[in-house]
Amino acid sequence: MPSDTRLDVRKTYKLYIGGKFPRSESGRSYVVNDSRGRFLANAAAASRKDARDAVVAARKAFPGWSGATAYNRGQVLYRVAEVMEGRRDQFADEVVAGEGLTRARAGRSVDQAIDRLVWYAGWTDKIAQVVGATNPVAGPYFDFSIPEPTGVVAVLAPQQSSLLGLVSVVAPVVAGGNTAVVTSSRDRPLPAISFAEVLATSDVPGGVVNILTGSVGDTAPWLASHMDVNAIDLTGVAGDDEHATALEVAAVDNLKRVRRAPDAEPDWTLDPGLSRITSFLETKTVWHPIGV
Amino acid sequence: MAFEYAPAPESRAIVDLKSSYGLFIGGDFVDGSGHAFKSVSPATEEVLAEIAEATANDVDTAVAAARRAYTRTWSKTSGAERSKYLFRIARIIQERSRELAVLESLDNGKPIRESRDVDIPLVAAYFFYYAGWADKLEYALPHRRGATTTPRPLGVAGQIIPWNFPLLMLAWKIAPALAAGNTVVLKPAETTSLTALLFAEICQQADLPAGVVNIITGAGETGRALVGHPDVDKVAFTGSTEVGKAIGRTVAGTRKSVTLELGGKAANIVFDDAPIDQAVEGIVNGIFFNQGHVCCAGSRLLVQESVYDDVLARLKRRMATLRVGDPLDKNTDVGAINSSEQLARIRELSAVGEAEGAERWSPPCELPDRGFWFAPTIFTGVSQAHRIAREEIFGPVLSILTFRTPAEAVEKANNTPFGLSAGVWTDKGSRILWMANQLRAGVVWANTFNRFDPTSPFGGYKESGYGREGGRHGLEAYLAE
Repeated sequence: MPSDTRLDVRKTYKLYIGGKFPRSESGRSYVVNDSRGRFLANAAAASRKDARDAVVAARKAFPGWSGATAYNRGQVLYRVAEVMEGRRDQFADEVVAGEGLTRARAGRSVDQAIDRLVWYAGWTDKIAQVVGATNPVAGPYFDFSIPEPTGVVAVLAPQQSSLLGLVSVVAPVVAGGNTAVVTSSRDRPLPAISFAEVLATSDVPGGVVNILTGSVGDTAPWLASHMDVNAIDLTGVAGDDEHATALEVAAVDNLKRVRRAPDAEPDWTLDPGLSRITSFLETKTVWHPIGV
Repeated sequence: MAFEYAPAPESRAIVDLKSSYGLFIGGDFVDGSGHAFKSVSPATEEVLAEIAEATANDVDTAVAAARRAYTRTWSKTSGAERSKYLFRIARIIQERSRELAVLESLDNGKPIRESRDVDIPLVAAYFFYYAGWADKLEYALPHRRGATTTPRPLGVAGQIIPWNFPLLMLAWKIAPALAAGNTVVLKPAETTSLTALLFAEICQQADLPAGVVNIITGAGETGRALVGHPDVDKVAFTGSTEVGKAIGRTVAGTRKSVTLELGGKAANIVFDDAPIDQAVEGIVNGIFFNQGHVCCAGSRLLVQESVYDDVLARLKRRMATLRVGDPLDKNTDVGAINSSEQLARIRELSAVGEAEGAERWSPPCELPDRGFWFAPTIFTGVSQAHRIAREEIFGPVLSILTFRTPAEAVEKANNTPFGLSAGVWTDKGSRILWMANQLRAGVVWANTFNRFDPTSPFGGYKESGYGREGGRHGLEAYLAE
């Protein structure tokens, strides 16, 4: 072997649960190919048990994350963007391989993902001023309404847009103070695991975001019916009405808030608006008498 | 010592009851195709009127009328004009408030003091509040992008309301729906249809275009037909968590938007520094207001151990002064249970409370011979595992538990699948705000309880449902992004 070539050290892609990178407890993995069908990696195939472990981790992280100041959450999310920026080339490589984009387009997609994190980072301490209110009730009471996070949110990330789409569904959920269990794109999971590595090194407390790779059919039904999950975003089953309906029915067991699956995967380059934040917020109204 | 009160009944002469009522569809009263049913006064079991039952065919006719009114009339009516119709309705409600209050108490069993001083004034206030929104919708969704266009209504709303606040729940549903530009098909509860039918007459008096409001009467079957109707764009429901879940399953996979306002098991938390007499008034108001037929009722009392004996003694003394009886008597504090079915449920759960080992107490209390009655009741020695601490009783029954620390109070308060409301009684401002933060409930009343206002968003966390009614937030449920 000539001395100027070197065998590269490949990465083992694993799940991200509670701030750690475990293999699937099932021991299963599946082959991830690039857009031309060439082998890229073996990814972990998350199981029902992995999904449940992720919910436990997300629930455990909820009091700390929802109780952190909005300023702090904003700084942490901005830190995620900073760390992503430093790994821009790696993400671009993965997007090129998975989505088959040109290098230039993949780079723009990564840039948009980073910018979107910055955008959501700035919303953490503003959303309450936009959607909250003081209410002029007809009586001697001070009455105000504030948004609060819904709790643990299951997020079925989109199947096509493996990084920009992923960031676009995860960032608003955690910006609002929720914790998340995310199922990645099945066929393009590598950016999701690299994103998990960014989260793990960006002051995001373990358990705030948990990422499961594999087939959405293996984990989503258990997340949809899980009694300790408060909401579910069905974006990842866009266009699959039968699957989406089954998940929506399962979600009724504990009246999860459901963000329904769109007919087709959205154009993630468009301005997202606030609905992905407000879908996972509750409104709390507090009354107190006014008197001397 | 017992005070003797002379009876002070409100006259029912103001109410002109017909012997039978049809469905209100397309601006007219029409016959229903189902089997007519009787609406009885729960205080006397007297039959008040026969009510038509809407079948699936009738529901179809009503939805078609609402669709026609939406397409041809209401969606072309300017916000300013819609606004004036709603102001008109608010005014007519005020003009006919005595009549509405008497009819509400007659049909529902609630004390006239409450229907006269709480329900009907709030009904008018909700219409007055949302009337003003109808021509200001471009300001209603501040987080909406591209606010150069007015937000769009959803279309036809199917609305189902409960029997505990019949006309008030109608107002919570119809006022924001119409302000946002939707047309509605509303189904009142089968035991309390009468004020909704009187409201239909008010719509006629206001010259509201035909079909904008349709009132269909009937029970669960009628409701199911409405929820499942393919031409309904929006479903709004207030009622039990069980029915709310059935609705959730029915609409799964459709594009109907849904809001659900469901059950509760609210904690009313009394700290040792609270003004105890005021807190006792709040406890009584929290659980005995409207016979406890209140989804946000303070049905779990959590008392700090150090003041438990004092609070309990004063609560019992206060309960002994509650007057239970004729809903139309102006001295009455607690009226009739709405139906024999509800009375059976309250009796059953109270019996379970005793069987599970809690101690039951009611003040000496003479109940009328006829009608559906249940004496104000408290249970002490209740544990969190007892069914009377977990299930919604929806009656004048209070479960009392204790706690030592604020953290324990929060843990017990949140230990429920529900999350509609909570009460906190303490003199310490920082503790009020800390508790308000910690409680997973949509409405927190601090040093007060059971307050409602059209400007104030109301609705639950967790299995108490989703969506908000009241305030700007309440409009969101009736507008497309």
